[in-house]
Amino acid sequence: MDHGASTPVDKEVIDEMIPYFDKYFGNPSSIHSFGREAFDAVEESRSKVADILNADADEIIFTSGGTESDNLGIKGVAYLNKDKIGGKGNHIITSSIEHPAVLATCGHLEKQGFNVKYLPVDKYGIIRIKDLEEAISKDTFLITIMYANNEIGTIEPINEIGRIAKKHDVLFHTDAVQAICKTPIDVGKSNVDLLSVSAHKIYGPKGVGALYIRNGVKIYPLAHGGGHEKGLRSSTYNTPGIVGLGKACELGKTRLKEDMAYFKNLRDKLIKDILKIDESYLNGHPEKRLVNNAHFRFTAIEGESLNMMLDEKGIASATGSACSSKKLQASHVLTAIGLKPEEVHGSLRLTLGKGNTEEDISYVASVLPGIVGKLRKMSPLWN
Amino acid sequence: MADMYTKKVKDHFYNPRNVGEIKDADGVGTVGNPTCGDVMTMYIKVKDERIIDIKFKTFGCAAAIASSSITTEIVKGKTLDEAMKLTRDDVATELGGLPAIKMHCSNLASDALREAINDYRMKNKK
Repeated sequence: MDHGASTPVDKEVIDEMIPYFDKYFGNPSSIHSFGREAFDAVEESRSKVADILNADADEIIFTSGGTESDNLGIKGVAYLNKDKIGGKGNHIITSSIEHPAVLATCGHLEKQGFNVKYLPVDKYGIIRIKDLEEAISKDTFLITIMYANNEIGTIEPINEIGRIAKKHDVLFHTDAVQAICKTPIDVGKSNVDLLSVSAHKIYGPKGVGALYIRNGVKIYPLAHGGGHEKGLRSSTYNTPGIVGLGKACELGKTRLKEDMAYFKNLRDKLIKDILKIDESYLNGHPEKRLVNNAHFRFTAIEGESLNMMLDEKGIASATGSACSSKKLQASHVLTAIGLKPEEVHGSLRLTLGKGNTEEDISYVASVLPGIVGKLRKMSPLWN
Repeated sequence: MADMYTKKVKDHFYNPRNVGEIKDADGVGTVGNPTCGDVMTMYIKVKDERIIDIKFKTFGCAAAIASSSITTEIVKGKTLDEAMKLTRDDVATELGGLPAIKMHCSNLASDALREAINDYRMKNKK
């Protein structure tokens, strides 16, 4: 139950990809028929990615994944704005709970002389629209706020952010890596100018993603070379990967309604069952959250221990505990929603996938109380 | 995550030895703090300058729990002087090694033990 980390590639996606490894191995940029087959497949995938976002195909750029899309979208806009005569200014607004791909990119831009405002969030992880409006100045040229949070699953008020961005003539980028295929996305309706997508979170392959760039929005390329993707992202097309992303988006769009209802039912049952445990709490918003995300905290126990005990029972999970991070740093998201360090330590993320069933939920609900109890019995903080 | 730990660490984590409290302990030592994510308490019973019983309670990661558990095994029956010499490297070695990032956990276990011995010695000063 750690599908927020990654998902298995759908069998239908694999079948669609396979011919592009050998049968249609041609370079989509070549003139001959081998290249043509591959070119057509890339363009068909472009339409499929555009479809799920309600965008036009020529607004989609293929990348190596969510991180590259975030980098290209944010730096691309920033560098161009800096170079442009009469560029709008040097101010970027983001949130304090972004994925590291956005936070580290903004941090890099700060070193280059840009000013970045990190908006705080409320206890559910939602930015306040008032804060956003107050933060906008004549120097602001970009707002980058995630569609939905990868840890606690909170969905941000995207339509309102888009409306404000448009009103102030500021570009709006959103990292939709966790949101796509789990909530309906319409870049037109939401006034989104740039949006990042990754394939491996939606039952597609790793190493491929896309960036939506609204027609008319200009960015500066990060990779220079053969001039692929309108010169915005040079690199030979990863045809099988792109075909996989396209198929994953197509399936995701077809199944969206059904998947959302399925996950919501399982998630709500999971939350209801787990919250029966003494001193257990839900992190994030009760309703404005991704349909497959359940995030808890338990008093007096530590998350890595919890993850390992669950792992022994065959259940994959994640935590925001510092002890499980490579840098021994507590989750910036959980800290931003106001949790104390010891509360962050006791956090547990369960993210559902298509393979999960009601029996899985019952199984987790049957073993978790015992594990929490065992760890609490060992804990000097539990009375 | 689970594979960064040795078999021995996992054994002591999943089946920790000597968990609990000693109500009439002769010495008690607590180190760490909840903010950092590790709190350990060691309880010792002492007879003729020897640790005859030891129990622990730990809030923390698998490395912290395993370090506590093996520390109690190593020093049970040892003299206080011998136990005082236990280092974090001894604890880590007995566990078959710990990831570099988790070495402070083994430090906490030996520190908690020393605190408990010091507590005993303070109480029994003549």
